[in-house]
Amino acid sequence: MEQAKKKTIITVVGKDTVGIIAKVCTYLADNNINVLDISQTIIDGFFNMMMIVDLSTSEMHFSQCSEALEKLGDEIGVSIKCQKEEIFDMMHRI
Amino acid sequence: MINIFEVNETNKMVEHNNLDVRTITIGISLLDCIDSDLKKLNENIYNKITTVAKDLVPVGEQIEREIGIPIVNKRISVTPIALVGASACKCPEDFATIADTMDAAAKKVGVNLIGGYSALVSKGMTKADEMLIRSIPMALCRTERVCSSVNLASTKTGINMDGVKLMGEILLEIAEQSKDRDSVDCMKLVVFCNAPDDNPFMAGAFHGVTEADAVINVGVSGPGVVKNAVEKVRGENFEVLCETIKKTAFKVTRVGQLVAQRASKLLNIPFGIVDLSLAPTPAVGDSVADILCEIGLEFAGAPGTTAALAMLNDQVKKGGVMASSYVGGLSGAFIPVSEDQGMIDAVQAGAITLEKLEAMTCVCSVGLDMIAIPGDTPATTISGIIADEMALGMVNQKTTAARLIPVIGKGVGDTVEFGGLFGYAPIMPVNKYSCADFINRGGRIPAPIHSFKN
Repeated sequence: MEQAKKKTIITVVGKDTVGIIAKVCTYLADNNINVLDISQTIIDGFFNMMMIVDLSTSEMHFSQCSEALEKLGDEIGVSIKCQKEEIFDMMHRI
Repeated sequence: MINIFEVNETNKMVEHNNLDVRTITIGISLLDCIDSDLKKLNENIYNKITTVAKDLVPVGEQIEREIGIPIVNKRISVTPIALVGASACKCPEDFATIADTMDAAAKKVGVNLIGGYSALVSKGMTKADEMLIRSIPMALCRTERVCSSVNLASTKTGINMDGVKLMGEILLEIAEQSKDRDSVDCMKLVVFCNAPDDNPFMAGAFHGVTEADAVINVGVSGPGVVKNAVEKVRGENFEVLCETIKKTAFKVTRVGQLVAQRASKLLNIPFGIVDLSLAPTPAVGDSVADILCEIGLEFAGAPGTTAALAMLNDQVKKGGVMASSYVGGLSGAFIPVSEDQGMIDAVQAGAITLEKLEAMTCVCSVGLDMIAIPGDTPATTISGIIADEMALGMVNQKTTAARLIPVIGKGVGDTVEFGGLFGYAPIMPVNKYSCADFINRGGRIPAPIHSFKN
């Protein structure tokens, strides 16, 4: 249970087009995944978005969600990656 | 809360700088498998390995998915087989059947290498130790995934020169047996001085007798990440340079710490150590030699190389120590030749010699690693190179090792292809003067004095 509460970071990187955020958010809403934080910027001409989401309210497991989003990314033509928040916490916080 | 730039930095390290976790290695004690009946012993070993490590590969893959960082190898190390097989094995052939069992178990659980076909003979050899050593050529040639190591010396015991002499002959025997494949089986054998009990890296991994029943050891990597960081402080002084390396090493090691903790929890096996290492691969940009060049050398091997490497090695340890709760005994920068494109370039340019590499091994972890030498090098000369390396470790109270590949039928100017992560290597010239009378004396070199240090 404790594991399920941990947050997941979704990163979207790719060429900017209309509706990227909408499509990702629609998927998350459909699966009852709560978005805690979004930031978005353009780095080197590429669209970069990071979302912090909570999977604990969803029926979806981490690996299912990760695969589905990767597939969605392929459809839109961007790269979507899911990672547990721990890795970033470990690396960037003492 | 984590911000987008931090997330980006981490993902950039993976995508552009080859950040990975080099290996999760489960150390498994086989002491409770010992039986005087060889068949029963083999059965016990197979059952124990395939039970303890059965989930290693799937768990490794799960962690990889969760954190988005590749875990390149999943491996196993076991108790030195010379100890495990001592009561059952009556001849070298008997020992080789244990290698077959290890190979079969490794294939069953899906790990790419299994280490521990080893003997610890830093002071003397038992009958079993000698039989195991004599069985190494047989064992390595007929198995695919078994790795072997022999500890020939230590600071506390001195150097077993009988063992050193024997290993020179054994190495040539292995080279001869695999000469149709460029003597590649030699890369599955390494000799040590002060071998650590908790090394996760092959070919030298074995599960020491001081260890628990099973432990998780993790080896991190990341030369590309360090090089990228060093590029950003070009022209700055050593204070800035050292701080940069330390901070980067901290981040890289944290990945290993997380992986070790997760693997330990998911496999229900205690966390042993994280080895803080810069382990290169032949991939472009994943090179320790390139870091040395970025620090300011035209080629690895130029004057200043030993100092630069000493500094790099120390900063990696200083940054890494704080990042991990338990640090392994082999930690530091590795300087293999064939597995490092920058090192290969240095050899081809004539910038680095065997003697300079020897000097470099005084200040970094491991030793003369993955070095191809001419196939007509006499056994006593190979023993001489090994003895020199053992002496460095013994006197400096550090781990040193030698993994030499005498390539039968090839000489200086030729190259040899090892394949995959092992890369390729130009054959390096060896000093042609003899040390046969020295090696043939027999006996051992006494342990050095630990006072009067100069």
